[in-house]
Amino acid sequence: MLHIINKSPFMNSALEDCMGYLGSEDIVLLIEDGVYAAAAGTVKSGLIEKLLEQNEVYALQADIKARGLEQLIKKVKITDYEGFVDLIEQHTPQSWL
Amino acid sequence: MNESSEVRNVMVVVRKAPHGTIYVQEALEVMLIVAAYSMNISVVFLDDGVYALKKGQDTSELGSKPFMSAFRALVDWEIEHVYVDRDALKNRGINENELTEIGEDENTGEPVHPQVLSHKEIYKLMQEQHTILSF
Amino acid sequence: MKLSVVVLEGPYTHEASDSAYNLIQAALKKGHEINGVFFYHDGVYNVTKFMEPPQDDRHISRRWMELGEKGIDIVVCIAAGLRRGIVDKIQTSNVRISGLGQLAKMILESDRVIVFGD
Repeated sequence: MLHIINKSPFMNSALEDCMGYLGSEDIVLLIEDGVYAAAAGTVKSGLIEKLLEQNEVYALQADIKARGLEQLIKKVKITDYEGFVDLIEQHTPQSWL
Repeated sequence: MNESSEVRNVMVVVRKAPHGTIYVQEALEVMLIVAAYSMNISVVFLDDGVYALKKGQDTSELGSKPFMSAFRALVDWEIEHVYVDRDALKNRGINENELTEIGEDENTGEPVHPQVLSHKEIYKLMQEQHTILSF
Repeated sequence: MKLSVVVLEGPYTHEASDSAYNLIQAALKKGHEINGVFFYHDGVYNVTKFMEPPQDDRHISRRWMELGEKGIDIVVCIAAGLRRGIVDKIQTSNVRISGLGQLAKMILESDRVIVFGD
């Protein structure tokens, strides 16, 4: 499954909620305000660091760039929209609205 | 469940509380229509979504539509696979018996209750879906 | 892959419409088929024809209209639309208003369905 998170982890628990329903093969994709979770050195960075122990985490390039995020947690993969399409093709998407 | 590769498994996931936004009300409309097509529909209430099934909701002073009453008749719409997340209830101090029933058994007339499941059980169901519609 | 896209939020206020549009463009570029776009909730506001954003901003309803022009089925939910005053005559061209049954059909006909919302 592809779990899509579009909320900032500072305002909303979507990322944490999603983490209770993850299989080891599953992928987490951060889009829109969800990409703030990929920033390094924040009080919420631990969430993604923990996720990365088991799962692949992607963040959408256009959203990262739009928000001027530079220091991202290592091992978070950056993808463009075409990569987003590939992820959807490979996995059933679930949006954690 | 009658599993067949021809019949699509569709899950409606409700994670929002019922009255602050229209998400739950319009999610309900989706459930009722999708159920009318030949698909295996299941409905899962996670996180704040569990508030949608709480008994005793009364929107009369808001002046909004008491759409929640339709949850009491989901079975009549052929929506029988209704699940609620156990931790979401516990975290919100809600007992199972505070949830509305979703209809009556057509043979016995006994009330049908939503099924309370663990994260793991719900995740297993999610994996079986062709489409997950989130609200 | 046959992909359908559901949009639950209105234009400009929320990024959902942009994310959906950008994803669709990328999918088309990669040769995938967009089976349909379904506007629901406040998403029904995305394709009204009186939008006039400033010149230096994207024109959201025009973008959807252009996708419709390419033959992509762009559907506005009638129940969600009527509730909000969205009727045929204020819709841009190349989109149609129809029932939630169209969403069910998109699910039946697509390999994947993705939801963008709040």
